[in-house]
Amino acid sequence: MRYFTEIFQAIDASTKTNDKITALIEYFRKAEDLDKVWAIAILTGNKPKRPVKATDLRLWASEIADLPLWIIEESYYVVGDLAETLSHIVGNSDAVKQEEIPLHVVVTQLKDLFTASIEEKREFIQAFWRKGNKDENFVFNKLITGNFRIGLSKQSVIKALAIYLEREEKEIAHRLMGKWNPAKETMESLFSEDSLVSKDYLPYPFFLAYPLEEAPSAFLGNIDDWFLEKKYDGIRGQIIVRNSQVYVWSRGEELLTDKFPEFHILHMHLPDGTVIDGEIIPWKEGAPLPFGIMQTRIGRKNLSAKSLAEAPLVMVCYDLMEYEGVDIRHWPLSERRKKLLELINQEALQVLLIPSPLVELDTWEDVAHFRRNAREEFCEGLMIKRKSSPYETGRRRGNWWKWKTDPMTIDGVLIYAQSGSGRRANLLTDYTFAVWDGDLLVPFAKAYSGLTDKEILKLDKWVRRNTLEKFGPVRSVKAELVFEIAFEGINKSTRHKSGVALRFPRIARWREDKPAIEANTKEDLVAILNSIQQ
Amino acid sequence: MIQFKPEGIYCPQADVYIDPWLPVNKAIITHGHSDHARPGHKEYLCHTLSKEILKLRLGQDISVQTLAYNEAISINGVKISLHPAGHIIGSAQVRLEYRGEVWVISGDYKVLNDGVSAPFEAVKCNSFVTESTFGLPIYDFDPFEKIYADMNNWWQNNSKDGFNSVIIGYSLGKAQNILQHLQASDTRIYLHGAVANINDALRLSGFDFKGERLGEAFDRKKLNGDIIIAPMSVIGSPWLRKFLPYRIAVCSGWMTLRGARRRYGVDKGFVLSDHCDFKQLNYAIKETGAENIYVTHGYQSIYAKWLRESYGLNAIEIKTMFEPNPLEEIEEGL
Repeated sequence: MRYFTEIFQAIDASTKTNDKITALIEYFRKAEDLDKVWAIAILTGNKPKRPVKATDLRLWASEIADLPLWIIEESYYVVGDLAETLSHIVGNSDAVKQEEIPLHVVVTQLKDLFTASIEEKREFIQAFWRKGNKDENFVFNKLITGNFRIGLSKQSVIKALAIYLEREEKEIAHRLMGKWNPAKETMESLFSEDSLVSKDYLPYPFFLAYPLEEAPSAFLGNIDDWFLEKKYDGIRGQIIVRNSQVYVWSRGEELLTDKFPEFHILHMHLPDGTVIDGEIIPWKEGAPLPFGIMQTRIGRKNLSAKSLAEAPLVMVCYDLMEYEGVDIRHWPLSERRKKLLELINQEALQVLLIPSPLVELDTWEDVAHFRRNAREEFCEGLMIKRKSSPYETGRRRGNWWKWKTDPMTIDGVLIYAQSGSGRRANLLTDYTFAVWDGDLLVPFAKAYSGLTDKEILKLDKWVRRNTLEKFGPVRSVKAELVFEIAFEGINKSTRHKSGVALRFPRIARWREDKPAIEANTKEDLVAILNSIQQ
Repeated sequence: MIQFKPEGIYCPQADVYIDPWLPVNKAIITHGHSDHARPGHKEYLCHTLSKEILKLRLGQDISVQTLAYNEAISINGVKISLHPAGHIIGSAQVRLEYRGEVWVISGDYKVLNDGVSAPFEAVKCNSFVTESTFGLPIYDFDPFEKIYADMNNWWQNNSKDGFNSVIIGYSLGKAQNILQHLQASDTRIYLHGAVANINDALRLSGFDFKGERLGEAFDRKKLNGDIIIAPMSVIGSPWLRKFLPYRIAVCSGWMTLRGARRRYGVDKGFVLSDHCDFKQLNYAIKETGAENIYVTHGYQSIYAKWLRESYGLNAIEIKTMFEPNPLEEIEEGL
């Protein structure tokens, strides 16, 4: 595992994507095949399940380091990452040379721990820690706790693989879709020419629109070259029909077929070799329902008839990537769309697959106007797609744009701060905001982003000097500072004291001009809620 | 005998403050970092080697009295002496004795010998005031030899690859340690003005550190896989462009944390500190034999709890104006 640790360090230390890719190619050239498969899986977020509980890890680390548990707990708040915390606690800084164990062996041993007794688990993990140096222990802990975020996108891994294998990125991306089992794959089975045949269930990599940063009139040219579609807030998905089977994938590359029994009949109506891209949303009587309704349904383990009736789902379809078993992604969008409409124009599919309606507008000014009032049109903005565009992979500029309406905003008072994790560990960057309910402050949102590094530093300093109480990692602070919180949606909630739950809350700006008393109230939130849901 | 007041640590019998934050009549200064040596006091008392640094930073006209290590004076019956703290050049612990009771206010200190400042000496006392900047078990520093071996490797590799090496460290303390341990000829090292200024001040006290000041007339064509030593403030500034192509490293105890390393967005982090790590703190505190430990500056409450539970000491948390933070290092020089 030493070699993987080195490559991990090299990628983690570098801030330049090209250096990371170069380091990775170097790794692929040197590592043994079995290790490569695991490295690819781990670096693309296809992580093995946790064989041991985090609480056990803490306990075992405290035994090795002869430290009380509470100080490990406190250390964790400072570091913001359990794997890293424990590597510092148990680590030998003296380079005790551990015999080299290949990555795939370590991972296999960890997998075997699933069925081991707690004593065996403890013994294995403590033995590894005792022999490993800090860096190896860190990677080892990461393997256990999951989540390898080292500033390396899946796209970069794909790029490195494409260069190493001398293949096209598109192809590599396709083969790495979804959750595959690294224990059952080899470099051969993953990437050899004929390995695709048996993989009917594989989706295509999604093509993602780029956010529009300025008004489209300035640079998109003739409006007639573009399709305008409503942007819905649902789950981006791909429906695949092949060999009389239906698969539904989310953009997060999760296979969600079981969550959508509505779609299970599709193989009776669509020909084999059909792949459709669209937005899955709850829909009733010709209009979309709020996103929150679907969220509760998605969270359910067992779908009752009741929840199916309360939140009936449809796919608003906007693209067709495969037709009669042929990849047609290179066709112009206008042609793909025509085929798509032909395919789904059937009586049986009317309440299941809805063609994404085109918005007919004559000028870019009309488009800007539509976008401003998007909420009244039950959408969150516009998609602007070039009629002649092929279906590309990943997020790219040029052919597909999204233009979201401005978020809703509310002014809240900062009441709690907590240290962040990762890049923000050791800084108080996770904030809780409250609105007035009479003369009480009730929390309504947590936000982590939106401030500049400079503001974060300034706020961190303020929090440290205005802390009222500490509860573990959380500090309550003087109710003094006001922030404008932007959000995309709002729903009723019984879980939150304020009675609402916000979608994608973040800090729009620091209202240094406003005293706490002028922040918004719970009534204001309810008013927004009502205005939207009418 | 000692009070913790808004102005700072105070000894009423001698009417002196130690490292006060607000202007006072008489201040004993443990060392020259700006969170300890504040402007505006009427009289300063510090170690001989801190004098020029204080004058450089607080003004040439300040009134400074100096003491050597272990040299004692008496103020109104209080015996006061300074003892090596091992933090930076001239850094001192302050020992105060009155009617048989002994307090030691350590300022910032480290136990490991950095080869530049006078090594830390534990002073027996009843009450010990300690910092806790790195007072958590996650801070476990490597020996200096190992760090400098890494650093020398690093710049030599950069040089081979055709890169200059920018090494970032606080201008007072860290910069001199680095200069002392770099295996590079004098002609290959260049200094940011802030570092050169400190070196010039230290020259008045008999020190001689290598490196050439980067002045207006500096010719960048001269650079060829060389080393630049600069303070934290240059990170992200256009000043660095002069040294392209370069690789950049930050030297700080905070570099222990991956998050902090990534936040700086530099090529390399060396865990090099002028402070004690957890083990050094524990060692120093035991060595003083003190029953009362006052914990400031850092993870006070956690570290004080640790001392109470693990060693049965009477450890008390003291709030300070300064809570150390990686991003504030620019001002505070940790």
